Amino acid sequence: MDTSSSFASQRIGPHDMGGLPAEAIDRREHDAAYWERQVDAMVMLLFGKGVITDFAQVRRGIEALAPDVYERLSYYERWASAAADRAIEQGLVTREELAERVAAIRKRTAL
Amino acid sequence: MIPRFADGDWVRISLRTERRHHRVPAYAKGQVGVVERVCDDLFHPPEEIAFGDAGRWEHVYRVRLRQTDLWPEYGGPEHDCLELEIFEHWLEAADE
Repeated sequence: MDTSSSFASQRIGPHDMGGLPAEAIDRREHDAAYWERQVDAMVMLLFGKGVITDFAQVRRGIEALAPDVYERLSYYERWASAAADRAIEQGLVTREELAERVAAIRKRTAL
Repeated sequence: MIPRFADGDWVRISLRTERRHHRVPAYAKGQVGVVERVCDDLFHPPEEIAFGDAGRWEHVYRVRLRQTDLWPEYGGPEHDCLELEIFEHWLEAADE
């Protein structure tokens, strides 16, 4: 398979990975963690409330992640990041409010 | 709204630079394929609705590309194909 051809210059971000060299895909089924289900539910609620009106708005947020952040985050972490960006953009919460809440939860759950 | 292309039409996926969110993978840009079907609905262009402008509706086409065109070193059968759903504004009329 050709992996070094002309299309590399067309790639717009780390998500645009079709045709790049890759390791074998792990096709085993796995359960979603509880927090992953919560992120999924939150995104659906944001749809229900009209904060998100099209999944393109989530994809845009995911694709806006810096390449190293994109690679580091798991699938639902990317969703959470994009949902937060959208909620901030739409004026649902401010970045400061979100940061305060995250800090409070971190403190509460610190071992 | 009348689709610009019909089943069986040859089309080229635009080879253009788009930095906004869009739904065309890099490897498909500039490729020529055939319209396998006109998708049975209208959709908002991702480039616009991702940023909040949902005014326009557009046809989407399932475009069939040859794997041997996509990957010069493709080792599978000649008839292998890949189908992608592509928005109308990314397609140009083409010859086989």
